[in-house]
Formats: sequence, structure tokens, C-alpha cells
Amino acid sequence: METNNVNGQDQVQDTTKSPSGASIFWREITRDKMALISLIFLVLITAFVYGISLFLNKEEIVRVDLFSIHQAPSEEFWLGTDYGGRDVFGQLIIGTRNSLSIGILVTLMTGIIGIVYGLVSGYFGGQVDNMMMRILDFFLILPFLMVVIAFVAIVPTYSVWTFSLIMTAFLWMGIARLIRSKVLQEKELDYAQASKTLGSSNFKIMFLQVLPNVTSLIVVTMTLNLAANIGLESGLSFLGFGFPESTPSLGTLLSYATNPQTLEYRWWIWVPAAVLILLLMLAVRNVGEALKRAADARQRRG
Amino acid sequence: MWKFIVRRLVITFPQIILLSLLVFLMAEMMPGDALSGLLDPNIDPAAIEEQRIKLGLNDPWHIKYADWVAGLVQGDLGQSFKFKMPVTELIEQRLVNSFWLGVATLIFTYLIAIPLGITSGRYNDTWADQMITGYTYIGFATPLFIFALVVLWIFGFQLQWFPTSGSVEPGMVPGTFEYVLSKIQHLLLPSLSLALITTVNTVQYLRSEIIDTKQKDFIITARAKGASESRVYNRHILRNSLLPIAAFFGFEITGLIGGTVFVEQIFGYPGMGQLFLESVVGRDYSVVTSVVLLFGIASILGALISDIILSLVDPRIRIK
Repeated sequence: METNNVNGQDQVQDTTKSPSGASIFWREITRDKMALISLIFLVLITAFVYGISLFLNKEEIVRVDLFSIHQAPSEEFWLGTDYGGRDVFGQLIIGTRNSLSIGILVTLMTGIIGIVYGLVSGYFGGQVDNMMMRILDFFLILPFLMVVIAFVAIVPTYSVWTFSLIMTAFLWMGIARLIRSKVLQEKELDYAQASKTLGSSNFKIMFLQVLPNVTSLIVVTMTLNLAANIGLESGLSFLGFGFPESTPSLGTLLSYATNPQTLEYRWWIWVPAAVLILLLMLAVRNVGEALKRAADARQRRG
Repeated sequence: MWKFIVRRLVITFPQIILLSLLVFLMAEMMPGDALSGLLDPNIDPAAIEEQRIKLGLNDPWHIKYADWVAGLVQGDLGQSFKFKMPVTELIEQRLVNSFWLGVATLIFTYLIAIPLGITSGRYNDTWADQMITGYTYIGFATPLFIFALVVLWIFGFQLQWFPTSGSVEPGMVPGTFEYVLSKIQHLLLPSLSLALITTVNTVQYLRSEIIDTKQKDFIITARAKGASESRVYNRHILRNSLLPIAAFFGFEITGLIGGTVFVEQIFGYPGMGQLFLESVVGRDYSVVTSVVLLFGIASILGALISDIILSLVDPRIRIK
């Protein structure tokens, strides 16, 4: 009798208070084994590469050592060495950290630009929206890879910051368009109209009232973007227009495979980096898909 | 209908002008100019200055821009200082190779996408569908260059089924049957690896399109009339689901451009993408800007084609 009562109380509480976003996400991710494994993998690898790179001697790893060029994996060099005699395993750790960092940085910067652009365009609508969408369309049409490579090549002081700025300048459109279409729907809803009638400023409605209602979309899109950005960065580094060689990224290790000798006989240089990029992108995507399901009640599994 | 096309064309012109401004800005930011690559260092600086004034290199930017555009319209893209030949001629050779790569990739893309999309849409939630969605899921997450590297490693180096670089066997006579065969052999690996990755979008789109159409009223009506299952699929559902796919044709072109840079670099295929990378590394800036401009225009036209096809297919778009 007593237990029944307790259950009854629980149910009452459940119906009055809707579950928080985090608890929905947690329920969703525990239902999906792949997403759970991905999340654990991501947390572990992030903690590992950021943690261990505090103790690693970076100069030691990127220093050229001509006596140990192209060595096969051994006890001293777990994953062998590259053409400069540098330890591949150490480069892999630093590379993963650099790839993750720039992926996160670019995702955040494109996110901020995209959110503001989308909010303004969607909220004001009419001519403003029309104009802003034309500009966005133009950026969307540009051949991204070539424009970025060309700017990377001509920028006078090239650093990781300018690289991420160039990437950001041509990557903010996707999220901006998504936010805009959501805001177009959202601003017609009662709460936004009511707030407007009460005399709230546009700024307040946009950033304090509409924005919180599109956060789930933002979180999902940014997670999926992160996967794409890690891929783009490694692709650019692979072509030789990403990080400089002194700051290796996962793409830098892969770029050694453009040498047919390395591709054919020295798998230890490029295969681990390729596998890592694949795993990272798949894992981030898996988590993103779980977030997407959590954000949309119709797709939820639990 | 015509009104839409005209309005769409009107948008295209400012886009091309904006693109040309961006490319011009790029060219201006690049170190050196038309003279620095050509001249002998022993020539008197005063004479160079005189030449610069004569060539209009010291003019304000808007006059320079107007000169540059006037040259473009007449097909003059400048001189490549690395290859010592007009950029137009240089690009012509590479463009043909890239064109065939693009055609082969598009053919493979649709050859893969249509059967897979139909199977997975028609028999959704069966094991075949799960295999196909699994493939698209992995295809989405796999960067093209990694996939291309692995393909090259396995089929080019380990199995040695295909050549690992170039666009044709050296020493072949153009026009002969062997020449064409060798060209196709060189094309297969790059175009297939590009197609296998880019096609996943189309497969997924076709799948969801078919699943959507399956539940529409007119399909239930067709079944109620007693149309056979194959007729329902081939006539009613396919016709409705394939049209949007056809409309994405133009956007495919835009998507291909980025892909060719990677694929041409990895498979050593002498096309525009490779030329672009070579020129960036060799600081041959007149080639760099020309390639960006040409590919930009190709993308703009691709989007234009897609929008026009889309408006033919879907009347709702015309109203906007």
C-alpha cells in the first residue's frame, strides 16, 4: 500500500514538471549503445590528449632527428617515425589535440556568427531578410575549398588564428540558414507576439526570448558541424594548407601518404591518423544524432 | 514560369560581379604583379616604374578592376609566370581532363544512388535497407581524402589493378582505341572513389522521398485501382521521387568542385584541381585567381540550373 502511494506521488511529480533537457538526453543516449560508446570514447580521448600533452615535450616530438628516419614501430617509437625521424605516436597525440581544438574553435565562431545572422534575418524579415539571404546565398555558392586555400596562401602573417578565421568566414552560412528558418516560425508564436505587444525591445525578444527556444537546434547543429569541421581541417592540412608542419594535426600525418613510398610501405605513419579521424568524426556524429533525437520528441526512442 | 527564370537570372549577375570583386581583391592582396615575374633583375628600377605606369599598374583600384574585367570578357586571363604561357591555354588542357572526371563521377553517382535509394526506400526497415543506411551513415562521416587514399592503396598499390597516377599512359597516340581505353582506366579509380562518397546524399534523399511518397493518397488510389506493385513503384512513386533528384543535378556540380581537388591530388590526375594546388604552391597567382574565378562561375551556373529545373518540377517554388 505504501509503495503504491510513493509511486503515485512520483507520477504526479512527473506530470507537473517536464524532464530537463539533460535528463532527456541522458535517457536517449543510454537507449542507444553506439551513442553511449561514442560519448565515452570522446570523453576519454579528449581527456587523454589534453591531459598527456601537458606532460609531453612538444619540442622533443617535432624535432628533426636524421638518425632515425622512417623507422618501423619499435619499443622506443610505438608507431615508428616519419621522414624527419619524428615520433609518430607523439605527433598523433598532439595532432588529435590540435584537430579537436581547431574543430571546436571554428564551430564556436561559426556558431556565434550564424546565430546572430540567422536571428536578425529571421526576426526582422521582409526586406532585411531578403537582402541578408542574398548575401548568404552568395557565400554558399563559393567553391569553399579553393577560396579558403587561396586566402591561406596569400595571408601575410599566417597562424592558427588566421587559419580558423578564414575557415569561419566561409562556413557560417549553414547554421545561419537553419536558425533563420526556425526563427521565422518562432516569432509568429504567441509568446513572442505577446512580448512585443507589451513593449519589449527587439533585442530583448530576439536574444532573451526567441534564442532560448532555439537552443536545442543550435546544440544539435553545432555538434554535427563539429564533426564536419574536424574533417575539413584535416582535409586542408592534408593538402598542406592547414596547420604548419611544426604544429602537426591529424591531416599533417596523412599528408605524408602523398608520397607513394610512404603510402605503400610505411603504414604506421598514416593509417593510425586515418583511423583516428574516422573514429572521431563517427563518434561526434553519433552523439549529435542522439542529441537530435532528444531534441525532437517524435524521434525519441525512450 | 518565364517570370521566375528571368528573376533568377537577374540574381545571377550581381553574384558574378560580387565573385569577380572577391577574386580581384584576392589578386590585389597577392604579392607581386604582372611584371615582377617577367623582368630581368638587372633592369634599371626607373625603367620598371615607367613600364608599370604604362601598363596601368599604378592606377587606382577601380580602373584596374575595369581593365581586368575588360580583359576577362575578351578571354584574357593573364600570363602564367611559371609555365610562361597564357593562362587560357594552360587551363584549356586541364579543363578537358577535369570535365571527363566530372562526367564519369556524375554517371557513377547516379548509377549508385538510384538503385540503392529505390531498394532502401521500397523495402525500408529490411536487412537490405539497414545495409544501405549503414553505408550512407559511414559515407557521411568519412572524409573523401581518407577514402581516396585507402582506395589508391588497395587497388592501385596492393592489387595493382589500376594505374596510380596520370590521365593516360605515356606514348599513346590520341584517337586510337587503346588511347581511349587507357583514359578510361585512369579515370575509373578517381571517379569511383569520388562518386562513392558524394552519392550518399542522393541515396538518403531518394530513400526518404520514396518513403514519403509511399503513404500519399494517390498511391493508395493507384493500388485500389488494382495497379500491380511494380507499376505502382515504377510509374507512380518513382516519377514523383526522381524529379527532385534531377533538380539537384546543378548542385552536384558545385559539390564536385571541392572533391576534384582532393581526388586529383591523390590520384595524380592532371586536372584543374591539381593545377590549382600546383599554382598555389608555386605562387603562380594569375593561375590561382583564374581557377577560383572559373570554378566560382561554374558553381553559380550550377545553382542556376538547379533552381530552374526545380521550378519546372515543383510549381510551389515559382510562387515565392
